[in-house]
Amino acid sequence: MYDQLTPEIIDQIKAVSDHVFLGEDINPDYAKDEMPIYGTHMPDLAVQPRSTEEVAAIMKICYDNNIPVTPRGAGTGLAGGAVPLYGGVLLDISKMNKIKSYDMENFVVEIEAGVLLNDLAEDCRGKGMLYPPDPGEKFACVGGNVATNAGGMRAVKYGATRDYVRAMTVVLPTGEITHLGATVSKTSSGYSLLNLMIGSEGTLGIITELTMKIIPAPKVVASLIIPFKDLSTALGTVPKFKMAHMDPQAIEFMEREIVLSSERYVGKSVFPQELYGTEIGAYLLVTLDGNSEEEVDALIEQAGQLALDAGAIEVLIADTPSRIKDAWAARSSFLEAIMEETKLLDECDVVVPVNKIASYLEFVNKAGADCGLIIRSFGHAGDGNLHIYQCSNDLEEEEFKKRVDKFFDIIYKEATDCGGLVSGEHGIGSGKIKYLVDSVGETNMAIMEGIKRVFDPKMILNPGKVCYRL
Amino acid sequence: MNICVCIKQVPDTNEIKVDPVTHTLIRKGVPSIVNPFDMYAQEVGVRLKERSGGRLVVISMGPGQAAQALRSCLAVGADAAYLISSRSFGGSDTLATSYILSESIKAVEEKEGLKFDLILCGKQATDGDTAQVGPEIAEHLDLPQVTYALDIIEKDGEIQVKREQDAGYDMISTTLPAVVTVVKLPYEPRYPTLKTRMEAKKKEIPVLTEAEIPAIDLAMCGLKGSPTRVKKTYSPVREKQGVKLSGKDPVQAANEVVRLLAGAKLL
Repeated sequence: MYDQLTPEIIDQIKAVSDHVFLGEDINPDYAKDEMPIYGTHMPDLAVQPRSTEEVAAIMKICYDNNIPVTPRGAGTGLAGGAVPLYGGVLLDISKMNKIKSYDMENFVVEIEAGVLLNDLAEDCRGKGMLYPPDPGEKFACVGGNVATNAGGMRAVKYGATRDYVRAMTVVLPTGEITHLGATVSKTSSGYSLLNLMIGSEGTLGIITELTMKIIPAPKVVASLIIPFKDLSTALGTVPKFKMAHMDPQAIEFMEREIVLSSERYVGKSVFPQELYGTEIGAYLLVTLDGNSEEEVDALIEQAGQLALDAGAIEVLIADTPSRIKDAWAARSSFLEAIMEETKLLDECDVVVPVNKIASYLEFVNKAGADCGLIIRSFGHAGDGNLHIYQCSNDLEEEEFKKRVDKFFDIIYKEATDCGGLVSGEHGIGSGKIKYLVDSVGETNMAIMEGIKRVFDPKMILNPGKVCYRL
Repeated sequence: MNICVCIKQVPDTNEIKVDPVTHTLIRKGVPSIVNPFDMYAQEVGVRLKERSGGRLVVISMGPGQAAQALRSCLAVGADAAYLISSRSFGGSDTLATSYILSESIKAVEEKEGLKFDLILCGKQATDGDTAQVGPEIAEHLDLPQVTYALDIIEKDGEIQVKREQDAGYDMISTTLPAVVTVVKLPYEPRYPTLKTRMEAKKKEIPVLTEAEIPAIDLAMCGLKGSPTRVKKTYSPVREKQGVKLSGKDPVQAANEVVRLLAGAKLL
C-alpha cells in the first residue's frame, strides 16, 4: 500500500536536508522506543531536520511519493508510538531544540519541539518561572509530551501538558505548514484544532514549534514522605487532602517493593522500611507549595496531622532542596529500577476515578497472581493515573506475552467498568489499540479514523498508531 | 555522653553560581542549608546519644539567620541550640572562629551545667573548604582529636573512631573528652518528623555575645584576631583536555586509546 524509497526520492530528501542517514548509518535506536515489547522496526531512511521548513519539504516529498513517515522526539515513549512499523522515513526532530524567547508579559515561552523537558524546566527555573508539567521522564522532548498529553507528578494541582500549550506550528501530512492556537488564555473560535493535535501521537501532523504557558514559580516547596502499614490506608488518605481544601502539587503513591528496588538502584535510602515495630507497606509522597515559609509551614502541619489522623505511621518532612531531591530521586527512578532488575517488561497506565484506586489495585494484584506475573505498581494518587508493570525474569517471551495479554484483557475491562480510561499519559501508540477499541467502542474509533483521513488523506503519517489499523 | 555539635550555615552548593565578571559568589536568592558534613556529624551524635543517653547541644557562629540552621538541627535530635553572634566576631578567619567556638563551648557548659564528653564537627564546610576549624578547636581546648570519622563507638568511657583512609580505614581509640570531625556517611541523616519539627519551632535559641562569654579575649576575635589575609579570589579556569575518538571501529578506537595512554606515559 505504500511505495518504496527510490534513489531519486532519497536524492530529493538529501537536497533538502544535510542530515540524512541510510543503511548502517541509521541509529539502531530508531527501531524502538522504551517499550520494545510492542515490536521493533528499522526505518529505510532517517533524517534530522533543523527547521519547520525542512520538515515541511521532507513531508511534501513523502506525500507526493506515498512514503510512510514516523515522527520521533527523544524516543522515550512507552506505547510504541515512535516506531516506524512500515519502514519509510523516520523524522527525528530532537535537533530542533532551541528555546527561542520568553514573553514575560504574557507568561509564555516559545520553543522548538525538540527541546528536552529537563532543559525547559531548568531554563524556566533560572528565570524564576515554573513550567508546571512534570512527567517522570525528564529527558523526553516537549514536542513528545504534547503529542501524548503527558501528565506527570504535578498534574493533580497544575494539570497536564495540554493545559500549557498556547499555540503551535504544525507540518501537515501534505507538507503544508499551519499555525494553531494563539497567545491568549481563552478562545471560542471554531473547532479547537490545537487540542485535537495535542495527544494525537504524531498521527495528524508533526509539531515543530510550540508556545508554552509558564507561571511564576512558587517561592517555597516542601515534600512529605508518609509511610503507611498498607496501600489501602495510604490511598484512603488522598481524598481527605482535597476535602480539607488543601491543594498539593503532587500526591504519589508507591508500594514497598518498588521503593526498595528503586533505592537499591539510586544507592540512597530515605524511605523508612520499618517504624515503631510496624513494617511499612506503602507510602505517599506529597509535595506542597506556597509563597512564604509561614504558608508552607502551616500546610505541612495541616497535611501532616491529617495523614496521622488517617492512619499514617509517621510523617517525614523534606524541607530543604537536597532532602526534596533525595525524596523524589527514588520516585523518579522507578522505571529505570524496574528495567534494571527485569528481563521482560510490559506496562499499562490506566486512569481510574480517584476513589477507585485502592479497589482497582487490589483487583490488579489478584489478576497478576492469577496470571502468574510479577506486578509492580506506582502512580499518581491525586489523579487516579496508575503505572502497572508486568515483569518476568524466567518466562520465555512468547509465554510472557500470552500471560500479559490475558492479564490486560482482565484489567483493562475492569478499568473501563469502573469508569476509567486506557491511558492517562503514555498514549495508545501501537501497543494499546486493541484496548482503546474495547474501551471507547467502534463508533468513536470510526470518528477518530475519519478525522485522521481529513488531516492525512494518504494515511502516510505514523501508520499503525492510535486509531489507524492496517 | 554529653555531646556538642558545631555547625555552619552555608549556601546550598547545588545552587551556587559564580558571577562571571566579579568572580564572587552570587548569594542572592541562593538558599542556605546546614553544611552537609555538619549534618552527618549531628547524625553520628544523635545515634551515640540514643545508645548511651546524655544531652546533645548544637552551636553555630554566624548572623541572626543562622538560627534557622540551628532550628533544623533541633528538629532532628538536638536537645538545645545556641547561636554565637556578635559584631565583634564578624570577619573571623578559621583561627579566630575556632577560638570563639572553643570559648563558647566553655560558656555553654556553664549555662547547661554539664561537661561535654565529645565535640563533633563536619570535616569541613562546603563554602570555605579549609577543614581547619575542627582541629583548631581541639588545639584551643587542648583536647585529643580524630579527623575524618565514619563511625564512633563508645566503650568503657573511651571512644573508638573508624577513620576514613584512602585505602580502607583506621580504628583509633581515644580518651574523652575529645574532638572528632566527621565525613560523609554511608547512610543519610534522618528527616525531621511532623512532631519533632513542630517541637523544634517552639524551642528558644539563646544568642551568646561576648557579654555571655566573659573569658573571651576580643583581641583574638573578628578581623583583628585573624592573621589570614585574602589577597585575591578567582574561579579556576576550566580546561578541556579530553580527546574524542570518533572512529567507528571499536577495535581501532581501543588501540588508539592504548597508544595515547602509552604516549602520555600513563601505561
